[in-house]
Amino acid sequence: MITINVRKTIKNSAQRCVQRAVAASAFLAAWVSTAAYAVNDLPGGPGVRQYNLHPAVTKVAEDQAWLHWFMLAICLAIFLAVFGVMFYSILKHRKSVGHKAANFHESALVEIAWTVVPFLIVIAMALPATKAVVSEKDTTNSDLTIKATGMQWKWGYDYIKGEGEGIAVLSTLENSQRVMSNSGGPKAGDSTDDYLLKVDHPLVVPVNKKIRIITTANDVIHAFMVPSLGVNQDAIPGFVRDTWFKAEKVGDFYGQCSKLCGKEHSYMPIHVKVLSARDYSAWVSGKSKEMSAKADDPSKVWTLVDLKARGEKVYAANCAACHQTTGKGGGAIKALDGSAVVTDADHAKQITILLNGANNGAMPSWKALSDTDLAAVISYTKNNWSNQTGQIVQPAELQAARK
Amino acid sequence: MSAVLNPHGHSGDHAHDDHHGAPVGWRRWVYATNHKDIGTLYLLFAFFNLMFGGVLALAIRAELFQPGLQLVNPELFNQLTTMHGLIMVFGAIMPAFVGFANWMIPLQIGAADMAFARLNNFSFWLMIPAALLLATSFFLPGGAPATGWTLYAPLTLQMGPSMDTSIFALHLLGASSIMGSINIIVTILNMRAPGMTLMKMPMFCWTWLITAYLLIAVMPVLAGAITMTLTDRHFGTSFFNPAGGGDPVMYQHIFWFFGHPEVYIMILPAFGIISQIIPAFSRKRLFGYASMVYATGSIAILSFVVWAHHMFTSGMPVTGQLFFMYSTMLIAVPTGVKIFNWIATMWKGSMTFETPMLFAVGFIFVFTMGGLTGMILSVAPIDIQLHDTYYVVAHFHYVLVAGSLYAMFAGYYYWSPKWTGVMYSETRGKIHFWWSLISFNVTFFPMHFLGLAGMPRRYADYPMQFADFNAIASVGAFFFGFAQLYFFLFVVLPAMQGKGEPAKANPWVDEGGKGAEGLEWEVPSPAPFHTYETPPRLDATATRVIG
Repeated sequence: MITINVRKTIKNSAQRCVQRAVAASAFLAAWVSTAAYAVNDLPGGPGVRQYNLHPAVTKVAEDQAWLHWFMLAICLAIFLAVFGVMFYSILKHRKSVGHKAANFHESALVEIAWTVVPFLIVIAMALPATKAVVSEKDTTNSDLTIKATGMQWKWGYDYIKGEGEGIAVLSTLENSQRVMSNSGGPKAGDSTDDYLLKVDHPLVVPVNKKIRIITTANDVIHAFMVPSLGVNQDAIPGFVRDTWFKAEKVGDFYGQCSKLCGKEHSYMPIHVKVLSARDYSAWVSGKSKEMSAKADDPSKVWTLVDLKARGEKVYAANCAACHQTTGKGGGAIKALDGSAVVTDADHAKQITILLNGANNGAMPSWKALSDTDLAAVISYTKNNWSNQTGQIVQPAELQAARK
Repeated sequence: MSAVLNPHGHSGDHAHDDHHGAPVGWRRWVYATNHKDIGTLYLLFAFFNLMFGGVLALAIRAELFQPGLQLVNPELFNQLTTMHGLIMVFGAIMPAFVGFANWMIPLQIGAADMAFARLNNFSFWLMIPAALLLATSFFLPGGAPATGWTLYAPLTLQMGPSMDTSIFALHLLGASSIMGSINIIVTILNMRAPGMTLMKMPMFCWTWLITAYLLIAVMPVLAGAITMTLTDRHFGTSFFNPAGGGDPVMYQHIFWFFGHPEVYIMILPAFGIISQIIPAFSRKRLFGYASMVYATGSIAILSFVVWAHHMFTSGMPVTGQLFFMYSTMLIAVPTGVKIFNWIATMWKGSMTFETPMLFAVGFIFVFTMGGLTGMILSVAPIDIQLHDTYYVVAHFHYVLVAGSLYAMFAGYYYWSPKWTGVMYSETRGKIHFWWSLISFNVTFFPMHFLGLAGMPRRYADYPMQFADFNAIASVGAFFFGFAQLYFFLFVVLPAMQGKGEPAKANPWVDEGGKGAEGLEWEVPSPAPFHTYETPPRLDATATRVIG
């Protein structure tokens, strides 16, 4: 009996070992093979295994690309010359081929020469670079001025001057992308060309017009970077900075926030949509109509059903990345499902957190959202999952709380 | 290291070494005042941190092996990049060079010990609580700081309590560095053997002398920046807090006024080590000794006027951008002089390629690549494209890993016979060199492409198009990590156990009497516990003891 049992145990554990080995190698194989996704170049964004700068769409980006080639050529020449000499010496002046050491150890002439020549090369490099710097920094005479506000973790675009004045959009990474990222990356069959670059509302601008971008930020430093347009400007809270571009082609151009801005730093892309003058005008009139139709009267009294429906959308766009669609949060992220703050009859508790942020900004401030959106999302969280409180928060409460 | 592990084990004319009863056991290390013991402590401490920082780097590379989050969440990812940077800079590279300085400067200038032996002990032991504070910050509520090693405001204001412990740790490390620097300066200026004039001093001592001045000049600046961060966080000031009218860009100016000289603090001693090794294995005097000294001094001075090239995207006015672009480009001139001098030293020499020379030549080759990408980055309009992308990551790893770290490996292979009394295995040294060189380039070369294609640094996840180069870099990183484990287990450990062929007093001199020169080779291997207790009499070149 005992021997049989032992044998069984051995057999079982051997089976388990095999099973585990198979599972482990399957996992490993899956991990390795996913490196070979079907992915294509994204026009205006990165290309597959791209090894040089993005194709330039503005004069500035063209200058930058030219300067890069220019510098690369000089550096390659220096590299070849210096290491040509070094490797020649390594081959010829080694003891194993019987080379006897010479005795020289200084030469004023040579030393002056290799101080002066590099100095002249540096000047040759600086001249074209100077020209590019000056034209890059000239933000005068713009046709359209847009304020780009970096927020944890999205971009706000306010059209300040020029055609489309008054338009304001919030541009957030589509939640599906964030979900894909959290679940270990895109799977076979997912559309992957614009993975992590797909936003809900792009920044729309007209072609061949000088666009001045004023950058600022609400919380920490972000950076507005779009390589094919040749712009990369920090967005600094409490300060305004500016940069400009004049796109010479219509199309979609992509960039990402390039200044570390907290945990969702990888998830606040920039999508610039360049339209022809006619398409742009059409977009402006459409957008203006849409905005006036959507302009919510904060004194409107909503029913819970309508407010919840709207809140669900606001939640998906802004909250689900951290708190999850289940409301369970995770790690340092607090759960909303069953949260005392959310279910509290005193609405002010949750309103304060949404307006001002909490935990030193780990929960950012959401005051950039409208009163109606905030009221909707609060009502949604108060009446979703297990939080069936029946409480309803009206936009007017938010409006009052802001004061 | 046998010399160090057994202070009583010497014979011959140094048998009186322990006449004042050197402490044994743990007391020997905790109460250490001997420069060789303290040097050993520094080196072991730095190697431990190199491994710790390396594990953090491998966690980063494992996460970035493919798109999507698999192993760590974005918060932890940011903590990993931050702590990797802080630990490598302050815990690995800086202490390692101080370890080299402790071991070699007194031996090279014919001094009995460092000028302030107890201060030396204090500088070392201050680093232990600092390192513990940094390492344990992962376990504090909210985890380790996640701001990047640059600790930019106002992101620092959002961090948890680990930010405060890290600031305290940096204060301790800064105090330690300043004390160490004072010690080095005083030792070099006051304790040289008669006849060793400054312009006859070995290059390693020269570069450390200049580095020590840089440290004293800039560590207080860092202390100021992080103290202001601390008061912004807790005492209601608004130096950098825009909500109270503070200026986050001012933080960047102050930080980089420290940060750029800091870069040279991490590379100048490396230049010194290379300047010793190249002549030794070329069997020829260093070419242009005087211009080497002046070039080092020029680099140090220029390092104070280039800081804002780290801030080309912060929105400086045109004149600011131009000034910092020109001054940065200018640094290429003295750096070029150094590289030309090394190659001129090799020219018409009689070279052999033992491991120290391999690492030294590898250093020149790979460091120069980092230097050339530095030239490209110094051009402000190109920097607009490359700022905060992987190109920058590639650039500074080419100068810090292939630069500083390779120089330290070169220095280890060159001087470890003196430290341990045994020769390392040449085969293992060569395996370590080629393994490191190849895996280093596999790791970091593809990052240039990622940066040119616009992949921002400090990203936990990235668009699919960047997947292949990231996968290659990750594989390379693991090979590079294992190479350093190999180095420790198969090169350092046997040497510490005294395994290997006994080393001659000067192992780097050939049958014709040509090779390494300097006072460190005038004492037996392993170096006795006490050396040059009375100032030696030197020959005219100050490289040999004559009675």
